[in-house]
Amino acid sequence: MALLQISEPGLSTAPHEHRLAVGIDLGTTNSLVATVRNGLSVVLNDEHGRPLLPSVVRYFKDGSVVVGCDALAKLGDDPHNTIVSAKRFMGRGLKDLPDLATLPYHFVDAPGMVQLKTIAGVKSPVEVSADILAVLKQRAVQSLGGELTGAVITVPAYFDDAQRQATKDAAKLAGLHILRLLNEPTAAAIAYGLDNAAEGIYAVYDLGGGTFDISILKLTQGVFEVLATNGDSALGGDDFDRRIFCWLLEQAGLSVLDDHDKALLLTKAKEAKEMLTEHPEVRLTAVLSTGEFIDMTLSEAKFNEMTASLVNKTLVPTRKALRDAGLQASDVKGVVMVGGSTRMPRIQAAVGEYFGQTPLTNLDPDKVVALGAAMQANVLAGNKGGDEWLLLDVVPLSLGLETMGGLVEKVIPRNSTLPLARAQEFTTYKDGQTAMSIHVLQGERELVSDCRSLGRFELRGIPPMVAGAARIRVVFQVDADGLLSVSAREQSSGVEAHIAVKPSYGLSDDEIGRMLKESYEHAQQDVQARQLAELKVDAERLLDATRTALEENGSELLDAAERAAIDGLMASLATALGGLDARAIKRATEALNQGTTEFAGRRMDLSVKRALTGHKLEDIGV
Amino acid sequence: MDFSRDYFEVFGLLPVFGIDAETLNQRYRDLQAEGHPDRYAHADAAEQRRALQWSTRVNEAYQTLKSPFERARYLLERQGINALDPNNTRMPMDFLMRQMAWRESLAEAVAAGDIAALARLEAMTRAEADKAIQGLGELLDVRPDYPAAAEALRQYRFLEKFLVDIDNAYSEIE
Ligand SMILES: Nc1ncnc2c1ncn2[C@@H]1O[C@H](COP(=O)(O)OP(=O)(O)OP(=O)(O)O)[C@@H](O)[C@H]1O
Ligand SMILES: [Mg+2]
Repeated sequence: MALLQISEPGLSTAPHEHRLAVGIDLGTTNSLVATVRNGLSVVLNDEHGRPLLPSVVRYFKDGSVVVGCDALAKLGDDPHNTIVSAKRFMGRGLKDLPDLATLPYHFVDAPGMVQLKTIAGVKSPVEVSADILAVLKQRAVQSLGGELTGAVITVPAYFDDAQRQATKDAAKLAGLHILRLLNEPTAAAIAYGLDNAAEGIYAVYDLGGGTFDISILKLTQGVFEVLATNGDSALGGDDFDRRIFCWLLEQAGLSVLDDHDKALLLTKAKEAKEMLTEHPEVRLTAVLSTGEFIDMTLSEAKFNEMTASLVNKTLVPTRKALRDAGLQASDVKGVVMVGGSTRMPRIQAAVGEYFGQTPLTNLDPDKVVALGAAMQANVLAGNKGGDEWLLLDVVPLSLGLETMGGLVEKVIPRNSTLPLARAQEFTTYKDGQTAMSIHVLQGERELVSDCRSLGRFELRGIPPMVAGAARIRVVFQVDADGLLSVSAREQSSGVEAHIAVKPSYGLSDDEIGRMLKESYEHAQQDVQARQLAELKVDAERLLDATRTALEENGSELLDAAERAAIDGLMASLATALGGLDARAIKRATEALNQGTTEFAGRRMDLSVKRALTGHKLEDIGV
Repeated sequence: MDFSRDYFEVFGLLPVFGIDAETLNQRYRDLQAEGHPDRYAHADAAEQRRALQWSTRVNEAYQTLKSPFERARYLLERQGINALDPNNTRMPMDFLMRQMAWRESLAEAVAAGDIAALARLEAMTRAEADKAIQGLGELLDVRPDYPAAAEALRQYRFLEKFLVDIDNAYSEIE
């Protein structure tokens, strides 16, 4: 008989413990979390089996937060406090946002990054993103049954340093350990390439809700080498919605709309756009808060006409990326389509025409980014299988320094492979100059004012010399996340300065520390707050449903006393909703539920009766 | 990695202009597969830093050797010649005249929005650049004549810059 193997207490018998790591696609419209399980990358669903978490966050007066479908459902009712597309504001100042007029928010112009005034106080886009990440983290912990080693979070390839830093801050705030920031098209290429054992030159065309990326990759023996990337971090499905929205206003002769109606019409516009993917025309109807009724028909042809310039806008970066890679459209072996907006037939046609081939649409454009991110997370966490492939990505935008006359001297050209370092020498321009200000910029333009300012720092204590004698060596280091740090050193004296470039307006580590501390302190309150928020959502839903039912057949099915009883129950629930007492809300909800059971039963009978009238009995098998 | 090794040694190549591109690419992938920071994401901070430096150095070496311009410049630097010394801008007259004629054609093509003319100009410049690279190989590897190579490199730089301008012209027209 074989001896039983007994392991030492505390030592696992498993030769290699599987570390829990996830990939997160933090999208403008939808977010997902995925993981590698038994060697296979899978998206983790929520408790209702839904993979996509709408990137929508609703804030309540008491500080509670609701994220996802329930928040999305209330968009029209509570537009100021229900934040959609927060990703568009990450690392962006007020002046960077061209479409303010169509947004229903109260913006606060904080230095550099805008903030949003909500009923729960002023929120930074970083906090909004952190609220989304926290829900996904929770989903992962629950479904994997343990704490996470870390996460790979995807960002648009064309995100600049400020936007990347903001994303990293959001993850930190959500209590996630970041293994890596990964570019979205690269993640898609990994998922596609590993699944299909692809070799050769591939293009990834990623048009999501708010961003557009194009990446050109070379796949050779398990090495994914990004040759060039380009894009527009403010171009996506949202813009197509806005074109329809503007057309609606024009057609209906509307000029001023309140924020409620803005949110309503934007939602309608988006629905219409998505319908047009399957239908040659759609009907758009809405009742505005003024009582005005909108009823219009939009044809595919008209839609294509008004969005043609947006489609073309994606081809310009596509051309640039190919040119930077030193390739022609015909060198590309396959075009991988990513992002919900690539479902639009016009987009598929335009891309197909440009590359002279039918694009690859056989993978789920919603999930492929998260799946690729999970594969990379699995590797970075040190789980096995990781040494079979490697990823080499690039910096998307040139990095440089301000020189005399407000000009930018490029130090690192765009599309350089990560990680990289580059040194440049500068000198003083005045006799006896002892300090030098160093201004770091990112972008392709020549003027400082046209590039994004990433930070300024000073090198002091340069020994006084005649102009032009000092030799100041500035070193840029960009790490594998694509994040920059800069150091400067005067060569003859050895005076040194070093900064990890924090965008001028990013959150400082102190600020993040404070937010983290606050969130720990509130952790207990948060659990209660979340429960309260969920109860409120349920209660509101019930109130809504009852109201609609009463409108539809209250008078027909209820006598005056019954009606008064239900009205009374609704009023007490509404009162309870105004307060913070979770138990009171729960009780009032249950009471209304009970009190309307009979009414609901009668409605059911009525609808069955209605469904039967007009049918011959044998039709329904009686 | 021994950081004192020069770029050719990093890739195990002889220090010549005429290197085999496929060998360079293959060795580059092998080197990165070994020491890229992604391989050390779960290692301690010191190891991570070393991987960062190592991988940075491999990239730097690869970028230099991959580009014919940078490779030639690096080879000349090893011979103690700064090919792009700002004090030395000597350029043959006929080369300069030809450059001026080309620039005029470029301006005309842009003004007329003539993509076909741009494409012709681009093809011509590329052919010229390819010829210049062959010439560099001859001057650096066969003869070798380093001062002449330095001059050829300066001319080649004109061609590369001109190609960038053509690129920009495309964007301007489109
Ligand atoms: N059937 C469809 N037809 C047209 N558009 C669609 C369709 N389905 C989804 N979309 C659009 O796709 C967009 C969302 O795509 P996706 O979920 O890929 O974006 P995201 O990842 O959230 O955004 P981003 O990658 O820009 O941050 C929305 O604008 C949505 O309207
Ligand atoms: Mg996306």
